[in-house]
Amino acid sequence: MDSNQAIISLQDISFRYEEHVVLQDVSLTVHEKEFLGIVGPNGSGKSTLLKIILGLLVPQKGQVKVFGASPEEARLRIGYVPQFATFDRNFPISVRETVLQGRLGKTRLIGGYRRQDHELAHQSLEEVELADLAHRPLTSLSGGQLQRVLIARALACQPEILILDEPTAHIDPKVEEGVFELLKRFNQKLTVLVVSHDIGFISRYITRVACLNRTLVCHATSEITGKIIEQLYGAPLRAVHHDTILHTH
Amino acid sequence: MNTFLEALVSQPFMQNALLGGLLASVACGVAGTYVVVRRIGYIAGGIAHAVLGGMGLAYFLGRSPFIGAIIAALVAALIIGWVSMRWKKQEDTTISALWAIGMAVGVLLIARTPGYNVDLMSYLFGNILMIPKSQLTLIFWLDVGIVLLVLLFFKQLLAVSFDEEFAALRQVPVNFFSMLLLCLVALTVVILIQVVGLILVIALLALPAAIAGQYVHSLSRMMLFATLLGFFFTTGGLAVSYQYDLPSGATTVLLTGLAYLTSSIGVCLWRRWQVRRATHSCSIPETRAE
Repeated sequence: MDSNQAIISLQDISFRYEEHVVLQDVSLTVHEKEFLGIVGPNGSGKSTLLKIILGLLVPQKGQVKVFGASPEEARLRIGYVPQFATFDRNFPISVRETVLQGRLGKTRLIGGYRRQDHELAHQSLEEVELADLAHRPLTSLSGGQLQRVLIARALACQPEILILDEPTAHIDPKVEEGVFELLKRFNQKLTVLVVSHDIGFISRYITRVACLNRTLVCHATSEITGKIIEQLYGAPLRAVHHDTILHTH
Repeated sequence: MNTFLEALVSQPFMQNALLGGLLASVACGVAGTYVVVRRIGYIAGGIAHAVLGGMGLAYFLGRSPFIGAIIAALVAALIIGWVSMRWKKQEDTTISALWAIGMAVGVLLIARTPGYNVDLMSYLFGNILMIPKSQLTLIFWLDVGIVLLVLLFFKQLLAVSFDEEFAALRQVPVNFFSMLLLCLVALTVVILIQVVGLILVIALLALPAAIAGQYVHSLSRMMLFATLLGFFFTTGGLAVSYQYDLPSGATTVLLTGLAYLTSSIGVCLWRRWQVRRATHSCSIPETRAE
């Protein structure tokens, strides 16, 4: 950890949808400039945890603080990259218009975007190496390109934390590596929090991993060595044995 | 065609009808685009039918049915918007209920209104030839209001239509703008009812924008293109119906429907042809460039 500044702090969070318990007594502290991976099988509550951090869901129990404030108040300091599924891929919108949406909340209320917003959107697209596709319709992009556009949109928010929900779920492994290289570069300036169902790729880039399956267990990636790495790389997450590998803290 | 043009020059009611169609196309192109991209055609249909309740009540009380329609449409939009925010699962049922109850109330009140009975058919199927000048002024101002609101809040409305969750995270008041959008659709429905009647309104609301969406890939261009198509369909419908002495509303809608069908088939064939050409010209099947 580069710094001890806790910027996200969850304390004893429990969340359930009606009778179904999704998260139970989850505590997590994220420090500044950390690159944290949250892994877990489908339905383990990963997206729910993100939505709690973003203030889109309110837990029944526990306390959430982001930058020492409530998640709603801290929202504008977070850049969020959703899963593909949240919008219609055929929506008539250009790459530039999509990225500009990152400026909402910081730009003027009435009328169009400011010139400064356009400049920031352009910079964000350059960061993900897609500046020449700015005028292309979103529907014409490949999965990997679309993912980069969504990352650019989050960067246009000028965030202090970047939160990504399954950023590589719908793209092939070659492109996946590119996305993580990108995140690693952003991590020099930002705190990055990535949710993934696949620990294989992610463990090469992150500083700490949180394994989630209703409850949460954290490990420093340095703790995962030798035989364990083989296991992690060789098998999907469901094959990772918490009890044998991991120290809790 | 000569007779239509002659009538247009000599008959004020034809000029009003033409102007009514053109004015309606503006709202139709703008709000219709949102209806298509947000897929809220059923909501628009519910609002359109609920409007008869308001028209019936206004008629029963001896007030202007047009004002009654505006109030009923806005009330219906707010109810549907509120229910879908609170109890998303009940949205469908609510729309169905408003749809039918609005119609029933309208029919009963019109039947119970003493004196000369209004032509129910013109509410249901429209009668643009009867559109009075005062109504044109009102439609004009509604157009101005709709276009102005969309211009002022274009970026928020786009964000809310595209990705509600992200918009909420950027502290855009999503519920407010969803409601605003429904109100814009409601006002447009009332305008279009004057042209094609409340039963056929949904075709004129959705199809021009849907056709536009097959060719252009931005919301603003869809609006412009759909408005131009609206000009064409309302004017064409008026001309054909005048020429052959047909009901104007039904003719307009049929023309719109035919154009949509032709365009869809054309676009589909074009895409197939392109895929075939691509697979013929190189042995490796086309993949998207990374």
